Amino acid sequence: MSHTDATRRAAMARPADGPAMIELRKLTKAFGSKTALRGIDLRVAPGESLVIFGPNGAGKTTLIRILANLSRPTSGKVLIGGLDLAAHADGIRRYLGVVSHAPLLYDSLTAEENLRFFARLYDLADPQARIAEMLALVGLTGRRHDLVRTFSRGMVQRLAIARALLHDPQVLLLDEPDTGLDPQAAEMLHGLLVQLSRAAASSPDAMRTIVTVTHSIERGLAIADRSVILAGGQIVFEGSTAGMTAADFRPLYDRYVGGGR
Amino acid sequence: MSFWHVVGAIVWKDIRAELRTKDIFSSMFVFALLSVIVFNFAFELRVPAMKMVVPGIVWVAISFAGTLGLNRALVIEQDKGSLAGLLLAPVDRSAIYFGKLLGNLLFMFAVEIVILPLVMVFYNLSLLSADHLLVLLLGTYGFAAVGTVFAAIAVNTRAREVMLPILLFPVLLPVLIAGVKMTGALLDGEALSTLGNWLQIMAVYDIGFTVVAYLTFGYVMEE
Repeated sequence: MSHTDATRRAAMARPADGPAMIELRKLTKAFGSKTALRGIDLRVAPGESLVIFGPNGAGKTTLIRILANLSRPTSGKVLIGGLDLAAHADGIRRYLGVVSHAPLLYDSLTAEENLRFFARLYDLADPQARIAEMLALVGLTGRRHDLVRTFSRGMVQRLAIARALLHDPQVLLLDEPDTGLDPQAAEMLHGLLVQLSRAAASSPDAMRTIVTVTHSIERGLAIADRSVILAGGQIVFEGSTAGMTAADFRPLYDRYVGGGR
Repeated sequence: MSFWHVVGAIVWKDIRAELRTKDIFSSMFVFALLSVIVFNFAFELRVPAMKMVVPGIVWVAISFAGTLGLNRALVIEQDKGSLAGLLLAPVDRSAIYFGKLLGNLLFMFAVEIVILPLVMVFYNLSLLSADHLLVLLLGTYGFAAVGTVFAAIAVNTRAREVMLPILLFPVLLPVLIAGVKMTGALLDGEALSTLGNWLQIMAVYDIGFTVVAYLTFGYVMEE
């Protein structure tokens, strides 16, 4: 990382002052008698890469689903780009890209057909050029006419990233995108995410706010400007982790989560 | 993007996927065919006139096969996570409803186009009049309009295959009874113009549930 990048990332690690791209206010989500999120307050600055760590059942996926407007909070507010998600959901969805452990793709369509379908839903001006660009970005140009069901899990996840970036979203939500991948495929996917995170940090044109949920401390820290630890539906740690190694972070994580991962 | 472009994109996607897998059509067709054949053997030579039982057979085959198709159509989307992909798009969620509805309707019509000639052959009756086709069209539309919403509700429940018929059939009763009554009366030689009440029930049902589904589908799809 260049000095300028490092400085910028350090600045990004102080999100509370300027306008936030994502802001959660007293967010609560309950499923019947079980409360998944308990009064979450969080701000993410434009262009910042925030990583959320936490044990299973901490509420990480619930949080991402609420940010993606796939689930409605029980109480509290979500503001994206200053707009209330509950009131402006249709408009805000245009600025969100989501990659989760489920690919959100159709396996009986080809890679190109999948992207063309989503390009139509997002009403892209020049879909063909954008599809070609995205397939090149994730290294699937040669497989564009192949059905997704013939792809390996790693290729499916790369195509899922292409789908999520197709409409050039300002906010990218990543929910454990490397789940189920073999180490090699996970490493390749991680390389792509690092590339996206650095592009966001180095160029105003590529400025993209990224929120990632992951179990992998090493991979998470590699793309994080700032990290949050979620446990029992509450934020138990929030702070800058730019430049921090897994060895530095693990004792911190164990202290807040109680040693279980 | 206009509402109907979104609807068109979803229908295109469903048809394209179905032409490759034939998942939905094959399960619906096999079930409908089985119903027609089993009922034929059950009733042959036991009832004075086949036209007494054919209305029931036709609507049982349509509704049971349709339920299978509705389940498959939403389960396929849910299991691969692609339903969430659709919901993430910046489109009116009622456009997703109409896209899925039209897709389901096309698959049901495709099964009916194959099954009805078989019914006519097995039971030696003609169902190829404009009146019969209108009743089938309205009944199938009503079925798909309600079924698409209930399939979307059921797909998020644990016992979704069981849940859909439990939720759906009580609500479908008016349209199924009207369908059976009108098909029977037409086979008895009555004119459609004399069946105004049943036709009204079916038309009001179709319009009413389309409006309700249009207004509620967005809420149905959210947790």
